[in-house]
Amino acid sequence: MNSELLTEFTYFVLAIFVGIEVISKVPTILHTPLMSGTNAIHGIILIGAILIAANATSPLEIILGFVAVLLATLNVVGGFVVTDRMLEMFKGRQAPAKQEKK
Amino acid sequence: MNIWIALAYLLAAVLFILGLKQLSSPRGARRGNQTAAVGMVIAVLATIPLLHFTAAGIVVTLLGLAIGAPVGAISARRVHMTAMPQMVAAFNGVGGGAAALVSISELLHRGLHPVFQIAFPSIFSMVVGGISFAGSAIAFAKLQGLITGTPITYAGQQVVNGLIAIAIVGLAVANLAVASQPIFFVPLLLLALVLGVAFVLPIGGADMPVVISLLNAFTGLSVAATGFVLNNFALIVAGTLVGASGTLLTTLMSQAMGRSLANVLFGAFGQIQASSGGAAVTAEGKTVRAGSPEDVGTMLAYARKVIVVPGYGLAVAQGQHALKELADELEKRGVEVEYAIHPVAGRMPGHMNVLLAEANVPYEQLKEMDEINGEFPSTDVALVVGANDVVNPAARNTQGSPIYGMPILNVDQAKNIVFMKRSMRPGFAGIDNELLYDPKTVMLFGDAKDSLTKLVAAVKAA
Repeated sequence: MNSELLTEFTYFVLAIFVGIEVISKVPTILHTPLMSGTNAIHGIILIGAILIAANATSPLEIILGFVAVLLATLNVVGGFVVTDRMLEMFKGRQAPAKQEKK
Repeated sequence: MNIWIALAYLLAAVLFILGLKQLSSPRGARRGNQTAAVGMVIAVLATIPLLHFTAAGIVVTLLGLAIGAPVGAISARRVHMTAMPQMVAAFNGVGGGAAALVSISELLHRGLHPVFQIAFPSIFSMVVGGISFAGSAIAFAKLQGLITGTPITYAGQQVVNGLIAIAIVGLAVANLAVASQPIFFVPLLLLALVLGVAFVLPIGGADMPVVISLLNAFTGLSVAATGFVLNNFALIVAGTLVGASGTLLTTLMSQAMGRSLANVLFGAFGQIQASSGGAAVTAEGKTVRAGSPEDVGTMLAYARKVIVVPGYGLAVAQGQHALKELADELEKRGVEVEYAIHPVAGRMPGHMNVLLAEANVPYEQLKEMDEINGEFPSTDVALVVGANDVVNPAARNTQGSPIYGMPILNVDQAKNIVFMKRSMRPGFAGIDNELLYDPKTVMLFGDAKDSLTKLVAAVKAA
């Protein structure tokens, strides 16, 4: 195992713990917005899609690159917008009221 | 990798983590989503210096962005509140598809014998991304009503699915051990797609949010694997965050329904009545009492305490404003009105809170199940608006019922029960509700919004 792979593997393992820890206290009513928010975050695959699309040369690579960029963009943009729409309903009066909840 | 790019990726990763943290508390949730979006913009911009564009490459990249961004934004803006879960499924599926395509492109690029640390994550990402893509497509179709929401099952289904999974592992090993070429990985991709479809088909529509959450975690892992292939820190960290938090969230969601994840995935929940008909208590020979809006209006107007139990039917009818009007009218007459929110009422957790918040129902009146269940015995009228399974006593009494063990709202303990339903059709889980035939139950048939409007008039007249 070379050192770069080892570093990447370290990030991977640490990110697992952070990912679990950071949402462990989510209330039921936020399950769906949280799912939708994390859904937008994995749209980061857009970076991967752009990396392969950018230096595409053969027709097959060009097609794969194009479709990957298109799908990943849908994931990112749609994901954040739909989450925002869900959450805009939670604004206003609700925020102070929430504090009363145990 | 350039140090500035690395630092920008680190900043993006921090913003993702902060965003997730904020997303899990009601007050910061919306800001959390925006924080994560800022992280995403930073991560994408930081990638630009890494690119070596070919002429065709720059065209397809810009074209993909130019088409994808407006289509994604507009469809997410236009979608109805009730259709949001399937929209999330769709966006999740395309993400999984993108990850699979990136991996395929890398496999084609790397030749016959890529080193194991490239080949393994590529194959993994392709298979898991493919499962997520196909599974999300089926989840979308079920929720959208393109195919039936009831579980599609056949004898030996789990065995067949198991065999597909074994074949996938076998082909993956062949890819790694023999040679990485299309003759191995194309069938592998196809099998992954088949497994995605086969694995979601037997799961009932009511459980789709849990399935979408699981597939969301799959896509996250697939993206993380792609990060190992491309040696990209941002992909690894963001993908893993989603994979880990998505897995936990999936478990939390099934717990909120009082069931284990295994039961959700393999229980073919909601198909028992559909397939075996007379197995449990069925409707035949029992009578229901249908009331007029005037009867029900009078009953409500002279009650002391009314608990409203909203469900999916309210969302479909968009009756939340009419419901608020009715509650206002009742409160004017001194009736105490509260809302009982079951954790899985509607099609997604939090659905009812969002819907009622839209109609400006005061948050203090929304009570969670544990908070309100003790109050039903002292309640004059429980008004069930478009809900069914979440008040079905079969969950308590009928061992063998698919919802047995699910915590429910104790509507049956109220002095009077009013069910507002469009028909006698069972709820989403496909199970008959004995409460509909209870002597203290009155049925008010029709569209929830219409009925509520009529009730407002009836209460005013009473």
